[in-house]
Amino acid sequence: MGEWWTTEASMENCEISSISHVTMSPSRQNNFVSSYLFPLAKSSYSVISAFCTEDNVLQCISYINQELASLGLCSTYIEATSPEGTGLNAVPALNAIYELLQIHRRTMSTVEALEKEQLKKSSTMELMQTSNTRLKDQLELSIREKSGLHEMERQLQLKIKTLQSCLKTEKDEVQKLQSIIASRASQYSHDAKRKEREAAKLKERLSQLLVDRKDKKLAIDVLNCLGRSDGKRGHWKTAKATASHEGEMYKSLLSDYEASQKSLMLENAELKKVLQQMKKEMIHILSPCSSSGRGATADDSQEQHHDSDGEEKMGDTSRETLDQSCEHAREQLTNSIRQQWRKLRNHVEKLDSQVSQVQNQLESNKEMIPLETHEDEMERMRCEVQQCKEFIHAQQQLLQQQLNTSFDDETAALLNDCYTLEEKERLKEEWKLFEEQKRNFERERKNFTEAAIRLGREKKAFEEDRASWLKNQFLNMTPFTDRRRCSSSDGHSALSVRSEPEIRMSSVKAQLAKSSTYTTFSTPRSSQSGAVPSTPELYRTLRLIPESSSSRHSNRGLWQECSTIEDGDNQLKV
Amino acid sequence: MNFSEVFKQSNQLCKVSPDGKYLATCVQYRLVVRDVSTLQIMHLYTCLDQISHMEWSSDSLFILCAMYKRGLVQVWSLEQPDWHCKIDEGSIGLVSSRWSPDGRHILNTTEFHLRITVWSLCTKAVSYIKYPKACQKGIDFSRDGSYMALAERRDCKDFVSIFVCDDWHLLRHFETETQDLAGLEWSPNGCVLAVWDSCLEYKVLLYSLDGRLLSTYSAYEWSLGVKSVSWSPSSQFLAIGSYDEKVRIINHITWKKIAQFEHPATVESTKTVYKEVERRPAVAHSSTPRVNVLTNFVSLINSLLLPHLDEICSLPVQIPVVKPDPDRANPKIGVSVLAFSSDNHYLATKNDNMASAVWVWNMQKMSLEAVLEQTSAVRCFQWDPRHPRLALCTGNTKLYLWSPGGCVAVQVPTEGGFQVHSLNWHCSDNSLILLGKEQLCLCYMETDEEDK
Repeated sequence: MGEWWTTEASMENCEISSISHVTMSPSRQNNFVSSYLFPLAKSSYSVISAFCTEDNVLQCISYINQELASLGLCSTYIEATSPEGTGLNAVPALNAIYELLQIHRRTMSTVEALEKEQLKKSSTMELMQTSNTRLKDQLELSIREKSGLHEMERQLQLKIKTLQSCLKTEKDEVQKLQSIIASRASQYSHDAKRKEREAAKLKERLSQLLVDRKDKKLAIDVLNCLGRSDGKRGHWKTAKATASHEGEMYKSLLSDYEASQKSLMLENAELKKVLQQMKKEMIHILSPCSSSGRGATADDSQEQHHDSDGEEKMGDTSRETLDQSCEHAREQLTNSIRQQWRKLRNHVEKLDSQVSQVQNQLESNKEMIPLETHEDEMERMRCEVQQCKEFIHAQQQLLQQQLNTSFDDETAALLNDCYTLEEKERLKEEWKLFEEQKRNFERERKNFTEAAIRLGREKKAFEEDRASWLKNQFLNMTPFTDRRRCSSSDGHSALSVRSEPEIRMSSVKAQLAKSSTYTTFSTPRSSQSGAVPSTPELYRTLRLIPESSSSRHSNRGLWQECSTIEDGDNQLKV
Repeated sequence: MNFSEVFKQSNQLCKVSPDGKYLATCVQYRLVVRDVSTLQIMHLYTCLDQISHMEWSSDSLFILCAMYKRGLVQVWSLEQPDWHCKIDEGSIGLVSSRWSPDGRHILNTTEFHLRITVWSLCTKAVSYIKYPKACQKGIDFSRDGSYMALAERRDCKDFVSIFVCDDWHLLRHFETETQDLAGLEWSPNGCVLAVWDSCLEYKVLLYSLDGRLLSTYSAYEWSLGVKSVSWSPSSQFLAIGSYDEKVRIINHITWKKIAQFEHPATVESTKTVYKEVERRPAVAHSSTPRVNVLTNFVSLINSLLLPHLDEICSLPVQIPVVKPDPDRANPKIGVSVLAFSSDNHYLATKNDNMASAVWVWNMQKMSLEAVLEQTSAVRCFQWDPRHPRLALCTGNTKLYLWSPGGCVAVQVPTEGGFQVHSLNWHCSDNSLILLGKEQLCLCYMETDEEDK
């Protein structure tokens, strides 16, 4: 807007505007001038103390020239046409004005740009300031936090110190207590010993006293002395007797050791036997492989038998050597076992590799028959196991039942159990039946809902139909009869574009609808009743039930059929 | 299974003679001897005071009746009813009296364990053994009756003296490496003596008959230690029950632990857990055998047809635990009773803080065989001396039997509710003596011979 004004206003009041320019700041001028320029210009012009009067034109010109020169516009030099200065040379003046205007515009634009920039700057500054303040806040906060943490650390350190001192005191306490305990224990044991000694002394004294007093009561009163249980007479305590006691003792000890040695020997022998057998078997196992290694085919069973016989002999001889080795040098035995074991291990490893080879071959040949048979067998086994489990479960259940029912007479209980079992069976069957029925009902219900939906659709169609028919009827009174008829039939055909069963249904329905609507057309109420038929009617229409029998009846029939089947089953079972 | 009529007894004093022919019971100050087979009274002896202890001699010819309050011992003969013997310990007092294995000597322990007096019935001779130690089991005779081991305390040190029972000759006398010896027990073959320290220290020492220390076993330190010790009948194993609720089995060759049986509150791995359930109706008070449904699971013991009240539980089973009071001495925790079956195959244990359960361990597989959880605390259990069959009672009116085939509970069919407080197997007759508070009755199993 400012621009627009400058172009227009400056053309008219160039001088005044330029003067005002000098005095005013650009931004203020913009706001200001828009509303106050015209009156201002007029007033300024009328003011006596104006810049240029008729008297000082020349001075003014020179001044302006000077000013222009100072502005760098040396080319245009305003000259007065007359020395008196009444006239002005127009061309340079205009040029000067133009130049000035150009300059002015340029400055204005730069000023504007600068303003914009300043605005931008100021906004960014504001932003900066806000961010600055924010950051300052943050800083303050963190500083505060830091100080808080410092404080906490200090406190914690203090606490640690106190705890450490506590620990130290506790440790000291523990040590003290331990020492106390130790001293107490020693004191206790010392005391105990002292007391025990005292007690012993007292006992001694007591017995001494008792002996001294010659306790008369202390006596044995036997009718007549008995013979020894072994029938022998008592022995004198002699050195011989003590020696014999020693001898007896050692004898019994010896016999015990002998017995234990015997048992150990037996165990040893048993183990040896096992070892021998193992060795024999090892040899037996290793022999065919060695023979095959030699190149002889081990397929022939006779040959194998012969071979094994030979090996047995070898085993016998080895057993003898083994016995010898057992007796003479254990090392030999362990060595031989180690050798055998190594052989066996090698053999097993070889077998392993062979097996893996064979497996690879098998895999390559895809001969999986043994695996399949194995799986079959497994499956069979699993089935069997399952059956057995079920059987056991059933048995357990039965037992539990029997247990749960408290009874007096067993047979009665057994019978009772039988009855309940039978009943349970029957109930189960009934339940099954019931389930089936339920499913039937569900299906019927679904059918019904479908039919209802269809009915709605058809009703809509019928409404349309009726509308068309009404129109037709109406038009029948008019001379366009044939054409209407034609259109109505068209509508019907459009309606009948359906799938096969639906057609059947709809045809029935259409009949029904036609009959009902055609007959009860006049009264809207009856037409409504016709549109929503009763349930049995609907059923009948949908052919969900036979015309003659009710749904319940039919169900019962089904039931009976089922039960008869069941009966038949039962009979078969029986 | 049949039950006899109920007889009176007092102080639970009722014993069958070692030969199994007679049954002696004490009623107040009377001693009644009956024939086991007919239960007819054979002899009736009258003592001077109420009898506090009664014992058969090994040859079943004499019965010792001790009256501790009076310091008196009276001996009665079965062969000569008019024969009598009275031993008066006088003012020194009497706390324990027992037969020597030969049945001709009586060992009396005086009050304060001042001494043990050995009275000979053959010569009227009396000899003293000084310094016997007052402890859990301070005296033990070897199974064949030839040696006696006695714990002694002199100069605050434990000693063991081994006597030859024949003439009370001191065979060996040696100091033991114990702080406070608590007990000793001969191995059944009589060649090894197990000695254990008091509960303050877990220490079991094994001495040879000649006093050599064979081995020392200690499972842990700084905790309450041994609570019970038992030899297997074959002398192969030594079972040590301790306060840490474990049983450790020691072998007789290396004397090292070969197995450890724990008694966890949650039983997870065992063959069966039998849990007694209270069921009011069903089995009535009748002695007629009746087959229950569970017999399919439980092959009944010796084809006895008994009503079964126990339930077989599925694992894991939680066993009720009573937390012992830590401030009281002798806390109710740890394995206090150990019993090997006569054939060495099973070990029955009882953990004191699970008082309602008896654990049966298989010694061949070294695993838990069965847990019998009763409704109340187990009072007493004992193995049949001839079969692997365990009888136990819980102070109620039932008798419980376990065998590898299963578990049965039998109601004692008497009027007025016979509460079984204790039981004893007859040594050979396939019968049980059930002791109530002031009554007793005999329970006869059906004998194997009939089945055979």
